[in-house]
Amino acid sequence: MSDELNSPQYDVPPEMQGQIAITTLDKIYNWSRRSSVWPMFFGLACCAIEMIATATSRFDIARFGMEVMRPSPRQTDLLLVSGTVTKKMIPQIVRLYNQMPEPKYVVAMGACASGGGPFKEGYNVVSGIDNYIPVDVYIPGCPPTPQALLHGLITLQKKIDKQTLKTARWYDKESEAAIPVPVFGPDIMDPRDYEAIKLHAQEKLQAELNIPSPEVEQG
Amino acid sequence: MSEQTVTRTLDLAERFPGAVTPDERPGYEGYLVQPGRLLEVTTALRDELGFDYLSSVTGVDYLPEGKMEVVYHLYQSVGGSALVLKAQIPRDDPRAPSLVPVFPGAELQEREAYDLLGIRFEGHPDLRRILMWEGFEGHPLRKDWREPYYEEDAKPFKSRWPEGHVWRAEDKNPFHKNVSYPAGFNPETWVPEGDAALYAALGKVEQRGASTTMKTDQVIVNLGPQHPSTHGVFRMVVTLDGETVVALKPVMGYLHRNHEKIGERNTYLQNMPFTDRLDYFCSMSNNFGYALAVEKLMGVKPPERCEYIRVIMAELTRIVNHLLAIGFLLNDLGAYFTPLIYAFEERELILDVFEAVSGSRMMCNYFRFGGVARDFPEGVLERVRDLVYERLPRKIDELDLYLTNNDIIRMRAEGVGVLRPEQAIALSAVGPVLRGSGVPYDVRRADPYSIYERFDFDVAVRYHGDVYDRYLIRLDEIRQSLRILQQAVRDIPDGPIQEGKPQYQVRVPAGEAYGRVEGPKGELGYYVISNGKPNPWRYHVRAPSFINLTTLEPMALGNKIADVVIILGSIDIVLGEVDR
Ligand code: SF4
Repeated sequence: MSDELNSPQYDVPPEMQGQIAITTLDKIYNWSRRSSVWPMFFGLACCAIEMIATATSRFDIARFGMEVMRPSPRQTDLLLVSGTVTKKMIPQIVRLYNQMPEPKYVVAMGACASGGGPFKEGYNVVSGIDNYIPVDVYIPGCPPTPQALLHGLITLQKKIDKQTLKTARWYDKESEAAIPVPVFGPDIMDPRDYEAIKLHAQEKLQAELNIPSPEVEQG
Repeated sequence: MSEQTVTRTLDLAERFPGAVTPDERPGYEGYLVQPGRLLEVTTALRDELGFDYLSSVTGVDYLPEGKMEVVYHLYQSVGGSALVLKAQIPRDDPRAPSLVPVFPGAELQEREAYDLLGIRFEGHPDLRRILMWEGFEGHPLRKDWREPYYEEDAKPFKSRWPEGHVWRAEDKNPFHKNVSYPAGFNPETWVPEGDAALYAALGKVEQRGASTTMKTDQVIVNLGPQHPSTHGVFRMVVTLDGETVVALKPVMGYLHRNHEKIGERNTYLQNMPFTDRLDYFCSMSNNFGYALAVEKLMGVKPPERCEYIRVIMAELTRIVNHLLAIGFLLNDLGAYFTPLIYAFEERELILDVFEAVSGSRMMCNYFRFGGVARDFPEGVLERVRDLVYERLPRKIDELDLYLTNNDIIRMRAEGVGVLRPEQAIALSAVGPVLRGSGVPYDVRRADPYSIYERFDFDVAVRYHGDVYDRYLIRLDEIRQSLRILQQAVRDIPDGPIQEGKPQYQVRVPAGEAYGRVEGPKGELGYYVISNGKPNPWRYHVRAPSFINLTTLEPMALGNKIADVVIILGSIDIVLGEVDR
């Protein structure tokens, strides 16, 4: 077993050394999780090609126990958002995220997934997946090189190392509600924003009709 | 040196009195056709003059003139230059006859023009939105349509240059997101249209090819957009009778990144890195096509050495693409990942060359108008030489040896997904799909550009039109590319790599140009219109894998659902280019 587990701060008698390991539950729990993060086999755009390149022999993601890519969200721990997130695709991504079992992580790979990237101003582009789902690690680059991706995944491992069973959200009694799936309207609509949408659309209408808004009237 | 030209010599005005007039605008080419007589003219052109291949259909919004224009590029499938036809229609009621009855390959392209410009094609069998969803507000490519993050009509934006005070677009948007809604809109009373129109379109063709002897229930199956075999975020909806496909509709737009809208705000050179991201396997060929189109407008020619560098890069790209296409196809055939990993090994070596010359592995942004960004650094030419004389030929033979006569591959791929030659031409198929069906059409030979005329190579062609032939033709093409490369690295001269001084802001005279190259996936064309300003008025990409998808349904009908996956794999699509 690896060295990192073998720091028990407890004297093991010489005859037992090498045969038993004493560690904390958190450590062994995190160690086993971080060494077998299964990403979803799910590519969005150009970045996905570098993701596949990372899985091949030169870069060999298997060194980190992450080569098992699963197409089904039910069998994955990591949503690697590898590419441009479009408005047309975001309902599916939110649904996939909701379908993943806890513990789950999200890595935004590349400029597009992190903030819209070169296509940010596009009318069908979401400026960053974190508008909809929480992100654990952002990897810059367009596309990030395989080395950068590996670095991002190592960062994720470090994050996993710091978690503890006591505060893990997936053992919380009140489990988190699913993220509402966006709806196709005249533009993409997040159900959490309906009030704001209504308000702004009303304001816009009033501005167009040149009716002074109520506040102005009062003032 | 050869140059792609436009057919002007035909006296079409005489042949179709009252219907066709030459396009006299300065910098423009081709003919204006009365919209009402378009069907008659194109039918005659196809049947009498041999213009049987419709390469591209697109629309242009001439806002100041209050007109829209539908632009058609026709070719002869035996080779030769383009025939450009245009139909002008009023902007407030844009209607044009659909060309689908004459050229079925227009189907997806007309849907795109409808989606993005709002041009209604009368007589189109299935006119729905294609890239955006039903219910989306407006037609984004119209010049007066503004995106939520709209700042100015054209770059460079004043906020960045020369004053240079950048802010985040999110901070100015009331929702802090890339969205906007029409005035008075109420989301609570909104009913999303969903996929009703799609399923209705599928229902229309339900009985096509169904079995007559036994009555079975039909089921509709959705594949994608999250599916391991759809090569990205592609979706197809199939109707199955048992396991047999009786109807299929491709659904796309899940990676629609608005290249054309962004491209019309960009300056000419700013578009170059965006072309990298169209077909992200083949950034060098994408650069090539765009550079050709703009060079035509500017009237510049790159120097000799640069032409050789371009050809070397384009052909290396073709090898990368075909290796990966074979790898992914075998993935779909069940040889899970092993062949693909072999393909990636060679890709890495070629990518090393790209990285050395351009600074980036995938997104090379290497071509400039009248040149390339920089010359080969020391040692790169030797590395290419080693690859094309030693390593790659050996590796291709290896691949051939391991795979080609494998029983499982032959059983699964032979006779599956057959596309007949006349079908392929009518459906505007390009590249390996067209040549795999027995039509020896290769832009490098049919309408040569750059210096391809100098090289000795054969146009690969296979005659069965099935998945197996489309696999074999990619191997053939890699071998032909190696031949070209061997000649190019032998003959490459010394000299400058850029015509004139490199410029950030090029002057492009008003006019139109269509530059096309034989990309690895087929004919890749760029239609660029300049009005003399620093930004293109229209920037349209004729994407090979998008138009090749028209062939998916005819090839899939009557086959088993498991075969649809390999038929799609044999077309070799890449979503960055399909959805743009
Ligand atoms: S970050 Fe760059 S490489 Fe990645 S998906 Fe976006 S455009 Fe493509």
